[in-house]
Amino acid sequence: MDILIYGTINSVALALYALGFAMVYGVSRLPNFAHGALYVLSGFITWSLLNSLGLPYAVAIVLTLLLTGIIGALIYQLILIRIRGMEISEIMASYAIGLAILEGLRWGGFKGMTYTLPSFIEGSTTIAGIVVDYQRLLVVVIGAAVVGLLWLFTHYTRTGLALRGMAQDERAALMLGIDSDLMAVVAMGFGSMLAALAAVVLLPLGNIVVEAGYNVLILAIAVCIIGGLGSWMGSVIAAFLIGFAQILTVVYLGAHYQMVVALLAIIMTLILKPSGLFGRQKELEERV
Amino acid sequence: MTEGMEQRRKERVDRGIKVRTDSLYALLSAGEIAYLALPRLVLILGLLLLPLVVPGMYWQRVITITCIYGLLAVSFDFLAHYVGLVSLGGAFFVGTGGYLAAIANTQMGLSPWLTVPSAALAGGVLCTLLLLPCLPLRGVYFAIISLMYPLFSARVIEALDILGGTDGIMGIDGFPNRIVEQYAPVVLLLLILFGLRRLVTTDFGLVVRGVKDNDQAIRASGINVTYFKAVAVFVSASMGCLGGACLVHIYMWSGISQFALDFSILPIAATVIGGSGTLVGPVLGCLILVPISEMLREFGTLRIVFYALILVAFIIFKSEGLMVWGRRKYHQFERWTRI
Repeated sequence: MDILIYGTINSVALALYALGFAMVYGVSRLPNFAHGALYVLSGFITWSLLNSLGLPYAVAIVLTLLLTGIIGALIYQLILIRIRGMEISEIMASYAIGLAILEGLRWGGFKGMTYTLPSFIEGSTTIAGIVVDYQRLLVVVIGAAVVGLLWLFTHYTRTGLALRGMAQDERAALMLGIDSDLMAVVAMGFGSMLAALAAVVLLPLGNIVVEAGYNVLILAIAVCIIGGLGSWMGSVIAAFLIGFAQILTVVYLGAHYQMVVALLAIIMTLILKPSGLFGRQKELEERV
Repeated sequence: MTEGMEQRRKERVDRGIKVRTDSLYALLSAGEIAYLALPRLVLILGLLLLPLVVPGMYWQRVITITCIYGLLAVSFDFLAHYVGLVSLGGAFFVGTGGYLAAIANTQMGLSPWLTVPSAALAGGVLCTLLLLPCLPLRGVYFAIISLMYPLFSARVIEALDILGGTDGIMGIDGFPNRIVEQYAPVVLLLLILFGLRRLVTTDFGLVVRGVKDNDQAIRASGINVTYFKAVAVFVSASMGCLGGACLVHIYMWSGISQFALDFSILPIAATVIGGSGTLVGPVLGCLILVPISEMLREFGTLRIVFYALILVAFIIFKSEGLMVWGRRKYHQFERWTRI
């Protein structure tokens, strides 16, 4: 039973990590290697707003989401848009931006165990004999809400439909008068906001550490690759696969192997079916 | 444009001496031989004399480290721009070579003369075997998976507590004397650099470049693409392992930090700065970046921020790199012409 409950929580956490990455890749074919850095950055932004400026928690969270969204959009508009479509340069540049943010934060003194965010609601409850704190339950609720809202957003709003059009066929979208550069910037902004959302929801469960940036990036990539790059629902399903696999390894093998599972899963998926379980890309595009 | 206003554009023309030295007749004139030999001599003599010129042991050590990074950067450049496999995990090669040399030295008691070459060869084979399943991948997919390998190795060593765990392997012999320590990386770098320049112009080089440009065409010609990629990865991985093995003997210590990001990101930054696909450019990039990073040592991780920003700036504003620019200035001149 605890496997089921903690597996679900872990899976929703992974889905939250991955959605932003999946969104950016799906819309503008940019593998955003700065995703993990944006996650950690937004954690520190919230912390600073709370503790240095003394804002109320809710205000700090909303401001963080907006700020991170703007930072992501600016990174795209000022830097990444110039190398759009040059795959190698995109990977290297976004990776370098991520490194600059993470190592800059480390240099700026944000390290150690001293940075924590408060939980939204203190306390815990028992479900079927297992103690679960409210914050973890909230993770599941918010995760489900985000997936639901994202679905509504991409099916019923003009911007969402434009984003989906871009993801499906960029040239056709251009012909229909969708501004592809603008939409790519919007997607990056939304992707960064999703990273920030994941951060504010998940970081109260532990400390804010710079190393988390690399782990989040790897997990996000793992989920997206296994689900199929560019497929949003695939990522959600893959998040559940990896989430439960990880909890099972923690229970039966030991916590050390948690990351190893994710990496092995990626390697296996890439070798056996590189387009992922639900990827829509042609086989020929990614392998010989 | 208004009527009567003169329009001009810049044109680039090969220098006369460049054209004359294109063929065998270059050998007839001392001046033309000098024109051909000058850049090569500057590189060879420069690298050989540099340790004698710089003040003190500390900077001599920096030159050694620069050459090791140079090996890594050349290995990245070869794999990325001649074979089309962008490897974000150069640290994997360094770590493999380093640990192999450390084991050969401490467990089997071999001298550095044997451990370095054997670690390079065995490491090359080992890395190639481990990367073999990923070789059919390309583009983003290979980059992502190569990024995973060093992280994965470090995690496995930590989790299983093998190979000295988080403490690493200590008590490794140094090189027999200072001159060997100083010149082994320099000479190896020069030999490999000129060797690779030969290699990429042979039939083998032609095939791998074909793989990069259009692997379907190569496959249609009845050539086994995976075999050629594997050989190229072996060449590149051996160079990385060689660097790692030298590093282990210089520091007399081998540890998880050999899988660290520094060994992946600095060679990439050096390649972009020096000029992608020129092979010698990455060495130039290392000669610029490594000393700067040594001077910034007191700023800690700010160094990585610094490389990362330089890397972004070069990718966006000067993506050809310094070497391509320098080569153009050496071989061509520019003038304004009327349209």
